[in-house]
Amino acid sequence: MKRFQQLAASLGLCSTLGIASAGYGGTITVKGSDTLVILAQKWAEVYMREHSATKIQVTGGGSGIGFAALQNNTTDIADASRPIKSAERVACIKSFGKDPREYKVALDGLSIYVHSSNPLNEASIDQLEQIFTGKLTNWKDLGGPDSPITVYSRENSSGTYEFFKEHILKGKDFVSSAQTMPGTAALLQAVSNDPKGIGYGGAAYGHGAKVLKVKKTSDSPAVEPTEENVLSGKYPIWRYLFNYLNPAKDKDEIAAYLKWIRSDEGQKIVKDVGYYPLPEKLRAK
Amino acid sequence: MLTEPRTTRTIGWMGLHRGHHAKPLEWLAEKLIFAVSLVAILMVFLIFVFIGREALPVMIGHERSLPVQNGVAASPDTMTPEQLQAYLGLTREEFARMDRETLKTLIELKKETPVSSDKDAALDTTGWRYLLSPYKWSGYAKPEYIWQPVSEVPKYNLVPLIIGSLKVTLIALLFAVPVALGASIYVSQLASSRLREIIKPVVELLAGIPSVVLGFFGLMVMATALNAFFNYCELHDWAAWCVPAHRSRLNALVAGLALAFTVIPLVFSIAEDALTSVPRTYVQAALALGASKWKAATQVVLPAALPGVFAAVALGFGRAVGETMIVLMCSGNASITSSSILDSARTITATIAAELGEVVFGSPHYHILFLIGVLLFTVTFLTNFAADIIMHRLKFKLEGKT
Repeated sequence: MKRFQQLAASLGLCSTLGIASAGYGGTITVKGSDTLVILAQKWAEVYMREHSATKIQVTGGGSGIGFAALQNNTTDIADASRPIKSAERVACIKSFGKDPREYKVALDGLSIYVHSSNPLNEASIDQLEQIFTGKLTNWKDLGGPDSPITVYSRENSSGTYEFFKEHILKGKDFVSSAQTMPGTAALLQAVSNDPKGIGYGGAAYGHGAKVLKVKKTSDSPAVEPTEENVLSGKYPIWRYLFNYLNPAKDKDEIAAYLKWIRSDEGQKIVKDVGYYPLPEKLRAK
Repeated sequence: MLTEPRTTRTIGWMGLHRGHHAKPLEWLAEKLIFAVSLVAILMVFLIFVFIGREALPVMIGHERSLPVQNGVAASPDTMTPEQLQAYLGLTREEFARMDRETLKTLIELKKETPVSSDKDAALDTTGWRYLLSPYKWSGYAKPEYIWQPVSEVPKYNLVPLIIGSLKVTLIALLFAVPVALGASIYVSQLASSRLREIIKPVVELLAGIPSVVLGFFGLMVMATALNAFFNYCELHDWAAWCVPAHRSRLNALVAGLALAFTVIPLVFSIAEDALTSVPRTYVQAALALGASKWKAATQVVLPAALPGVFAAVALGFGRAVGETMIVLMCSGNASITSSSILDSARTITATIAAELGEVVFGSPHYHILFLIGVLLFTVTFLTNFAADIIMHRLKFKLEGKT
């Protein structure tokens, strides 16, 4: 009887191994943006629970790190919170002879944070540009109390920094006196302790400070960064989050995984983590 | 001089055996330890070579911050494969792998020159002139020292970083050295032996606190407390003079104070060792001549231990200037050239830690980060070296021997 059990067990083991090896042999590696890392880990966790034969390994480091790894072929998928730069595209083409394939995987609305005691409720993109480039230095210019503005920014290695610089500052430099924080959480902590502070960060972190409504121009309505407003494009500061990969690898397990991420099921997780899911038309069917 | 009769005391290689025949195992152990100590020296050397190599393009002026663009009309239809391959800068293998579509993309990307109206766009901003002296960049009102490495025109002025590092280090030393020296004099000379057994381990326990924890403490507790203190001062006329018009919550003072906690145990334990190693007979002689305990400690023991104390301070400086996590978390990291200690500061170490993570490999920014790494390495190396020399000189002067 015992022998029979052993035989059955080993047969079962063999057949499981057989199925596993018939599918994808290795591990899917995902590397890149720190903004995306929480989401990517959650995706991997849920996906691996449902597909036990697949192993997914997620690491952060930054969008640039992800692209470097993609070009050196040390990762299968590169996470990015900004579109690929032309220099990085050229490097990838030189490395594997193909333009890397881009998938939009989620949406992120950048929030503007001020201290909870700040009487200000809204700001226009123009005003934000002037604050963060150092043209406006006192809260009274915005209708607040007479006290200087302390600008909090992110480190220049951050994809969020580059996005903000490009879209709000229109490529201009941040004011030199801007304090740079090593992460959105640190920035939020600093702003929530500084009555004179203002900062910006991803949507998934919005607790502890007041979130400003943003106006596209000085006479358009002020919009709150809610899911509805970000998805409809009413809220003016938002961005896509991307996955990049070598098109030659976009098959089997990796293709299935990417398709799952962009399916309704994967997009449900986006919402749980605190980012915004893709609109219907961009999802995988 | 160096004529100490080494041979009479030690027979055998490196003095381990002292006249005995070496056992093979001992011999092997000795060689192993020797090799290990060599490895340490080799590592320092290799690190320097590696960092220096990455920084070299900037130092000798071969780095150009902008790629040379040529606007020739190119297409796979009009050019021969060889021309195309040369134009795109590809190797033969790379070229052979690409299909027509990919080649077209590459040409598009190459043509995509950053059309910039900026008058500074054509500058090579990695020249020494731009690294060290102020320059009136377009969009700025006056010549300024600007560190903005991620920008349309990358600006790599090192002066704000050097000022930031020095400011934070000096604040840390100003707080740490008196405290550490006072504690070491007290513990080694004046304290009762029971008290000594308590104070010494407790101070040295400070060294075991991870710097990220200290940084967190600085960020959450010290910054808040200091901010509350200065807020209070601001509101009262008699204290308002000490608060500058512009200040930030996270500033050089907070970072320096938090940093002092890492410097204190280091300076304390080295200085205490030096003070304790002064022969007890000195104190006894002084006491016998009628000096008070305090006088003996400050006028006999402290001068005799001065070389060790000096070394302690120099090592403390090295520790403070090289510490990363605390300054990254507590200093606010704004790259400004301000002399106020209540303004934010960006140090060299924090800059490297924060920016190396995502810099484009091999770019000017990458090389500049290695350049400031070399700068940091050189400063700490020279400090330690100078400390060593001065220590030996003082020792010679004070004790009359080499």
